[in-house]
Amino acid sequence: MSAGDLFDEMHAPDGSVRDAYRLYHNWLTEQDSAWMRRKHFEAESFFRRTGITFNVYGEEDAEERLIPFDMVPRIITGGEWRKLTRGIEQRVRALNAFMHDLYHRQEIIRSGRLPERLFRNNKAWLPEMVGFTPPGGVYTHIVGIDLVRTGPDEFLVLEDNARTPSGVSYMLENRETMMAMFPELFSRVKVQPVSNYPRRLAKSLTACAPPCASANPTVAVLTPGIYNSAYFEHAFLADQMGAELVEGSDLRVIDGRVQMRTTQGFQPIDVLYRRVDDDFLDPLTFNPESVLGVPGIMDVYRAGRVTIANAPGTGVADDKAIYSFMPEIVEFYTGEKPLLPNVQTWRCADPDSLKYVLAHLPELVVKEVHGSGGYGMLIGPTSTRKEIAEFREKLLARPDNYIAQPTLSLSTCPIYTRSGLAPRHVDLRPFVLVSPEGIDITPGGLTRVALKKGSLVVNSSQGGGTKDSWVLDD
Amino acid sequence: MLGRVANGMFWMYRYLERAENTARLLAAGHRMALTKGADIADEEWRSVLTTLGQLQQYKAHHDDFAGAHVCDFVLRSKANDQSVLSMFERARTNARTCRSAITAEVWEAVNEGYMSLRDLLARPVREASLNVALSAIRRESTLARGATHGSMMRNEGYSFVRLGTFAERADNTARILDVKYYLLLPSLSYVGTPLDTGQWDNVLRSLSGERAYRWLNAGRMEARSIAELLILDDRFPRSLAFCYTAMRDNLASLARLHGREGPAHDLMREADQRLTGRTVEDIFDQGLHQFLTEFISRNQAVASAIAEQYRFNA
Repeated sequence: MSAGDLFDEMHAPDGSVRDAYRLYHNWLTEQDSAWMRRKHFEAESFFRRTGITFNVYGEEDAEERLIPFDMVPRIITGGEWRKLTRGIEQRVRALNAFMHDLYHRQEIIRSGRLPERLFRNNKAWLPEMVGFTPPGGVYTHIVGIDLVRTGPDEFLVLEDNARTPSGVSYMLENRETMMAMFPELFSRVKVQPVSNYPRRLAKSLTACAPPCASANPTVAVLTPGIYNSAYFEHAFLADQMGAELVEGSDLRVIDGRVQMRTTQGFQPIDVLYRRVDDDFLDPLTFNPESVLGVPGIMDVYRAGRVTIANAPGTGVADDKAIYSFMPEIVEFYTGEKPLLPNVQTWRCADPDSLKYVLAHLPELVVKEVHGSGGYGMLIGPTSTRKEIAEFREKLLARPDNYIAQPTLSLSTCPIYTRSGLAPRHVDLRPFVLVSPEGIDITPGGLTRVALKKGSLVVNSSQGGGTKDSWVLDD
Repeated sequence: MLGRVANGMFWMYRYLERAENTARLLAAGHRMALTKGADIADEEWRSVLTTLGQLQQYKAHHDDFAGAHVCDFVLRSKANDQSVLSMFERARTNARTCRSAITAEVWEAVNEGYMSLRDLLARPVREASLNVALSAIRRESTLARGATHGSMMRNEGYSFVRLGTFAERADNTARILDVKYYLLLPSLSYVGTPLDTGQWDNVLRSLSGERAYRWLNAGRMEARSIAELLILDDRFPRSLAFCYTAMRDNLASLARLHGREGPAHDLMREADQRLTGRTVEDIFDQGLHQFLTEFISRNQAVASAIAEQYRFNA
């Protein structure tokens, strides 16, 4: 892939500034460079003081680390966004219908569009959910759709996060930081607001409350605790929604309800926005060692007396082998052609595909089907011969554990560096809320950026940073 | 609110209060050591450790009572799980646990306080900069209290904040008084006789009470008036009476909010009866040491009753 093939979001190949960035760029050229440098350092101290940190597993002494913030925004025009939202809405609608079908009649399998083995071998598939419909019929209350861009009109879906998408607090804090640092910028460029996300989340969750809930349903956020990598986000969202932030030890099943221990005794919870994995949710049903969950909660859930968001068992959709079938899934449930394409994907379980993948390893990205966070993957073009040879062995041993994709020429967006602006690869994770009242997409989302020159890995656990993401109000 | 969060708030402010009082105690000790001979200085540092309940632990690591060793141990030693730094660290951990129950201002004050003390206490504190470090500790604690006062709703959480603050302060004042009186007044016959002003000045300084005392007593130093100020004067913010008024008020707020009283209220009333309406003579008749020992254990009982009644742990 040569530099000429790359789509830069700010600059066209002839060096001119693209429409989306015109107003921002005008403002930027008026700014003094020493002042911008000071702002760059100001941003870091702001984040450290407010405690917006991210814990990285497996790194001693780095218990709380900052996700680097880049102060150049990533900008999308209103027109581009409208087009994107239609595709996202279609995809999320299909995901939710797919979940319902998988745990009921499995029409998609009967019709022969999806091989049964795909979910039979899938650890995220929960037999406990079979035949059960969650309150309001909603499975995926909160979804993060990871998008990459390869050209002016080419947005592709890289990944669906239907289990527990994280990062929304960064979307919110990045905007707050930008508005605090550059207030005059926001009077020059009209940007669609994101700050009402917590209110929209609370509304959406409340709309999914079970029938036994009172007129004012009690919503709680379940966190594994302060040592979890996303604890800041859990506390932040609970605070912003005005919900209780609970841990497993606060909860108990009493009188057929999930109740929390308050200073005045136990009180029932109607909607539990849980940020613990399925496996830890209920030691009586799943992992008996878990101290993060609530013994007996699955019985309450199946009796329809608490809403768990997202529903247990939705992780099936995060599986990368399932992902490869998303175009078929969208078409099956919506009767429409997918508006947002997938990235081309080879399923290594398929012998012909495996053959192709093995022959082209140096140019492909190979991922574990259940992997996330950028772990356990091979990026062919940046790997050594030895790394490729080692990965080949893993691939041959368990081909059905992997999928492969071409190395995409992800779009770039400039970041601020000491020597001026420099292009880096970015992706975008919009956040989508689902309730019986409809699908609600907050304009923008989280832009992740690879900070190393040429790197394609944007994951924060692998040293990626974030940017404020603007959808223009035009 | 959640019992676990009430517990976190209560202890967060106990830790902040204890860190601050420890700094005050060290400042008074340091001043004493500067003005007196080496023997008295050693005795003073030893009494600081006794007051803090850290004497045994300290002796396991040191053979002497050199000021530098004591200060280092109390402020930052990794061998001391009650060090000032560890108090601030715990306060910050609690603030994270209770993040959704405190305001951003309070979180930032505690977080920044911890970060600045962590840097300040990263290396041993030299004697020349001891006072700088001690005032930084008091300042950070004061900032957290100020942010709390200025930004938090006067709701349930705030009551637990105040209860933690004053349960700790009452305990600290009683301990300081107990250790000092015990050392300074080996026999009852000393009460009422003119005293070594340096020593008594030190007791008052440990509780930031020297100014209030001078203002009330025009410079006369006597055990009776000092005890009166520190135990019974409810205008002085570190006195036992002041702490109990605050605890009583906050327990009453909780009872109003919840529509009921409980065992903590009964115990508080009982503890209160031992204090209000008493005279200094009365207390000296009973024996100050005995009075203070009983006070400390009754105060602990109130704190435990609060923890149980409001379901801090179970």
